[in-house]
Amino acid sequence: MISQFFVLSQRGDNIVFRDYRGEVPKGSAEIFFRKVKFWKEDGEGDAPPVFNVDGVNYFHVKVAGLLFVATTRVNVSPSLVLELLQRIARVIKDYLGILNEDSLRKNFVLVYELLDEVIDFGYVKTTSTEVLKSYIFNEPIVIDAARLPSLGAAGIFMQGSKRRMPGTAVTKSVVANEPGGRKREEIFVDIIEKISVTFSSSGYILTSEIDGTIQMKSYLSGNPEIRLALNDDLSIGRGRSSIYDYGNSSGSGSVILDDCNFHESVHLDNFDIDRTLALVPPDGEFPVMNYRMTQEFRTPFRINALIEEAGPLKAEVILKVRAEFASSITANTILVQMPLPAYTTRVTFELEPGAVGNTTDFKEANKRLEWGLKKIVGGSEHTLRAKLTFSQESHGNIVKESGPVSMTFTIPMYNCSRLQVKYLQIAKKSKTDHPYRWVRYVTQANSYVARL
Amino acid sequence: MAPPAQSHRSSSPSQPSGKGEVSDLKSQLRQLAGSRAPGVDDSKRDLFKKVISYMTIGIDVSAVFGEMVMCSATSDIVLKKMCYLYVGNYAKVNPDLALLTINFLQRDCKDADPMIRGLALRSLCSLRVANLVEYLVGPLGSGLKDNSSYVRIVAVMGVLKLYHISASTCVDADFPQTLKHLMLNDSDTQVVANCLTALQEIWSAEASTSEEASREREALLSKPVVFYFLNRIREFSEWAQCLVLDLAAKYVPSDNNEIFDIMNLLEDRLQHANGAVVLATIKLFLQLTLSMADVHQQVYERIKAPLLTLVSSGSPEQSYAVLSHLHLLVMRAPYIFSSDYKHFYCQYNEPSYVKKLKLEMLTAVANESNTYEIVTELCEYAANVDIPIARESIRAVGKIALQQYDVNAIVDRLLQFLEMEKDYVTAEALVLVKDLLRKYPQWSQDCIAVVGNISSKNVQEPKAKAALIWMLGEYSQEMHDAPYILESLIENWDEEHSAEVRLHLLTAVMKCFFKRPPETQKALGAALAAGLADFHQDVHDRALFYYRVLQHNVSVAERVVNPPKQAVSVFADTQSSEIKDRIFDEFNSLSVVYQKPSYMFTDKEHRGPFEFSDELGNLSIGAESAVGTVVPAHRVEANDKDLLLSTSEKEEIKGPSNNGSAYSAPSYDGSAVSAASQALSELTILNPSVPGLTPQSSLAIDDLLGLGLPEIPSPAAAPSPPLLKLNSKAILDPGTFQQKWRQLPISLSQEYSVSPQGVAALTTSEALLRHMQGHSIHCIASGGQSPNFKFFFFAQKAEELSTFLVECIINTSSAKAQIKIKADDQSASQEFSALFQSALSKFGVP
Repeated sequence: MISQFFVLSQRGDNIVFRDYRGEVPKGSAEIFFRKVKFWKEDGEGDAPPVFNVDGVNYFHVKVAGLLFVATTRVNVSPSLVLELLQRIARVIKDYLGILNEDSLRKNFVLVYELLDEVIDFGYVKTTSTEVLKSYIFNEPIVIDAARLPSLGAAGIFMQGSKRRMPGTAVTKSVVANEPGGRKREEIFVDIIEKISVTFSSSGYILTSEIDGTIQMKSYLSGNPEIRLALNDDLSIGRGRSSIYDYGNSSGSGSVILDDCNFHESVHLDNFDIDRTLALVPPDGEFPVMNYRMTQEFRTPFRINALIEEAGPLKAEVILKVRAEFASSITANTILVQMPLPAYTTRVTFELEPGAVGNTTDFKEANKRLEWGLKKIVGGSEHTLRAKLTFSQESHGNIVKESGPVSMTFTIPMYNCSRLQVKYLQIAKKSKTDHPYRWVRYVTQANSYVARL
Repeated sequence: MAPPAQSHRSSSPSQPSGKGEVSDLKSQLRQLAGSRAPGVDDSKRDLFKKVISYMTIGIDVSAVFGEMVMCSATSDIVLKKMCYLYVGNYAKVNPDLALLTINFLQRDCKDADPMIRGLALRSLCSLRVANLVEYLVGPLGSGLKDNSSYVRIVAVMGVLKLYHISASTCVDADFPQTLKHLMLNDSDTQVVANCLTALQEIWSAEASTSEEASREREALLSKPVVFYFLNRIREFSEWAQCLVLDLAAKYVPSDNNEIFDIMNLLEDRLQHANGAVVLATIKLFLQLTLSMADVHQQVYERIKAPLLTLVSSGSPEQSYAVLSHLHLLVMRAPYIFSSDYKHFYCQYNEPSYVKKLKLEMLTAVANESNTYEIVTELCEYAANVDIPIARESIRAVGKIALQQYDVNAIVDRLLQFLEMEKDYVTAEALVLVKDLLRKYPQWSQDCIAVVGNISSKNVQEPKAKAALIWMLGEYSQEMHDAPYILESLIENWDEEHSAEVRLHLLTAVMKCFFKRPPETQKALGAALAAGLADFHQDVHDRALFYYRVLQHNVSVAERVVNPPKQAVSVFADTQSSEIKDRIFDEFNSLSVVYQKPSYMFTDKEHRGPFEFSDELGNLSIGAESAVGTVVPAHRVEANDKDLLLSTSEKEEIKGPSNNGSAYSAPSYDGSAVSAASQALSELTILNPSVPGLTPQSSLAIDDLLGLGLPEIPSPAAAPSPPLLKLNSKAILDPGTFQQKWRQLPISLSQEYSVSPQGVAALTTSEALLRHMQGHSIHCIASGGQSPNFKFFFFAQKAEELSTFLVECIINTSSAKAQIKIKADDQSASQEFSALFQSALSKFGVP
């Protein structure tokens, strides 16, 4: 049970504010914002998602640069409230197409209407876009997507893959019609994998994990049933074979998930037999399945990093990145970062001859080297040399005072787990209409780190 | 919404100041009010939007109330919704205006469109105006019978809102019974779920005054009701599922088969993508299996994978909430998670609140097989750019060292930290080496060699400096130049800002003096002189105390300041096991995230509805009144009592208590008494927070200081009862207590009178519970203030595991105690009651 819900902009302005129970004193939004702002300035890092000030519990999630906040005086389940906030953000996004400060301000009446149906007297009624549709009467005022720089997950597909995808499709509202009045029948299935890898100083993989989601967004009319077939050789339950005996499937080639969970609309009746998921997709974007895998996989990039003293008050850094995927695939928005010794004063960079789309920078404030690459084509190797100048002699080991190297990237149409959607079947009565089916893969770095 | 509070915002240029705009709106609305021109609804929509946007940013637009109401005569549902929103916001502050709306809302409640009926009813109930409740009863009554489930859903919540405005109106209209009927019969699951929500809130609030409500509340937890919900759980929305799971977690199954039935039924809820559903299911599974150790452990194994999946999917905020729960489980049963340690490795981009949890988990799961890898990983973080995390990591390494048997490799790592030459790393490492030496004196050779190389000038942080000075004093024999380092530190006495460091310096130079008198004599003299001149009271008093003790007898002084020490076996936990159990009982709540039981952060009326712990919740547990870090005496071995004390001023306390019998009390002149009483006051401050510092030991010190303080009644003096013998070391965790209290019937209910001495002695609840403990009756929770005190006690028979539970309410102004006894063995409760009464009657009697 929550007492209030509000959305604050980055500057702390109320965009939407709803009080459901009248138990929390006025001014809570300001108390909250002040606390969050000063948490960081007090050197304690980010404010935790849940904290208590004078008996009032504040919950918040950050979505699209906005703060979605709930307050309560009751000792509630934190998971429930944080999940709820995330869902509210998702419902709003389903309706507005694009969620940001601008779209929210333009559509605040619609948002109030949604909130009234989502929460009554502090209790959740429903967060299903499907259910809400019959209660909502305001039409969204859709903002222009083209001039938006970043679109989060949707943006992944817009970069470098325009030929394949109609980029605006993912950012359209569940209720708005296409220009021309006719709604396009289509369904999107995205396999999004976030990978975390830590390489030891000798290049050996210390830990690796894939956190994946099969995300679906359906614009199909008439609620047809969908069947999604995954790899035949998929098995679940690594590391708990003592409880679940799935037989010895750890042979080569098979995909072994540690664990997974499913959206409530998914029927698993045939999952054990032929690895198919059956569901009637509700409106809006939702995760069909979340999975986690620690089975070894081919890492997309190898990182070689070296720092060496080069005379008094000088050192040299060599960073090498090699793409270990097929040349038909291109990674984009790559950023390599490396903390340097605290007494570094100046850095000069030297790129390979002919390098294009590279940016290099030395962030003085946090003594960090940054190397950005627009694109990396599979199979290629890129090198950066940097000469460091120090303000004082280093006493200890400069290797210990710098690093680790971290890397972020996005690789469209590539996934590490080899989990696949083999087919996507739509049980549709009408034979004339063939809905568009988009199955897309993307891999992103979550924490991709090489130690020195 | 909070219009007035934020009105000062309106001064910012981007937002209109209000006044002019509001009167503009007013006239425009007035023009449109009567118009039936085509397109008028669109213009109204625009104006309404403006009104609501002003309202959101905090401008007071209540002035247009009348116009808004006039304009709401429309069939446009969007307009109606905006109008309802507006009315709901201003009705409470303007009750007379609210009256204007009643008419049109009541009319809308009879509209042909169920949407409008529902919306109007919701708005009507949301007005929160007490003198309008009479208008609510009729529409609510018909709303509950409406054909449309949408209206019924709204009406059920409306009943709850009515209850909060006027409880008597709600109860008199017999709405709770109507809801109960709907709950068990309605075809719509959301109606059913809302009924459950509303009834839980209403009956919990009523239960304190009404026997019937209390019975109804119990009935919600009866087997037919719980299974009615559980069997249909898949039909409910995910949020309503959480509600059902919470209900089931409070149900006490009659036998193990029932437990397994429930678990089989809900097994697949663990694979739900909604973390709230999974955590509610886990809570239920953990609660159900508490009494079956082996199954309970299987539950841990089973929930591991789903929890880890939730941690790594979803937003960082959601994963933090789940991680906090995983953290709790890891702390409870680290061995179950010891092979999963890699999941607790930190990622460089995680927020520090996540990293802190993970570091604690890594520390907890370290065992013989994984320590090497964990410590290697932690050492990587020690070089991290994030300094707070680097510090935490070093502390984690230290903690692992203190909990391991084979510390060989770890000591090496710690010593490497000292060689890293980063200030904060050195500082943290010094503190750790000190603790390590207190536990493993055998490592002193290796450590001292490295510590000796550290220049005291490079150590600035008080904690680290104090640690270094402690080592200089403790190992002055082995550290070649200890007297000279101490001497140079004493020379800079005036520049030392930390009183803690100066206190340590005094003690260290004393210790050094006993070992190497000729080299230290000069430094000691300087230190005592500087200490006597110190403006800080503690420092001055300690210097004076040392001076006089030395004057009295040097060998006595040595025994006081530097007695032989035992190696520390276990460093005490910062949190008592009672507190931990309480947090565990409150699984899937904020208590887990805050790592505090709910009574510490919520006030009574806002504690979760419908919880037994309401009763225990507002009471503090056992003796840990204000301090919050108390371990009950019987849980901690006596030789651990000095382990918590990290600064040397506390060593003096230990000194006399160890050698008390051999020590003859000297006579003090006036000023020395002040020093002694200073020490004594430290002692009494420490007393409640130091586990194991039993009354006997403080008694010994009282005697020893010869101050003739009144004696604390010794537990040993308690006469043992004639027949029924109780176990003086009885243990019961709060979870079991709650469960038993729920299960057992009241076997005896009595009222005793309390002696006047007893009333006089009962100034705080601690006094009584200490007294009762002397009679082997232990307190699990207590609270209240004069004149009303409430206690929950338990006791166990000496020979068998048969427990008595007691609720005891004492009113000091009427000198009466009301006792409710529940017992495993009901035949013995009379006897126990006699015993309890006799124990209580001795309270306050010298």
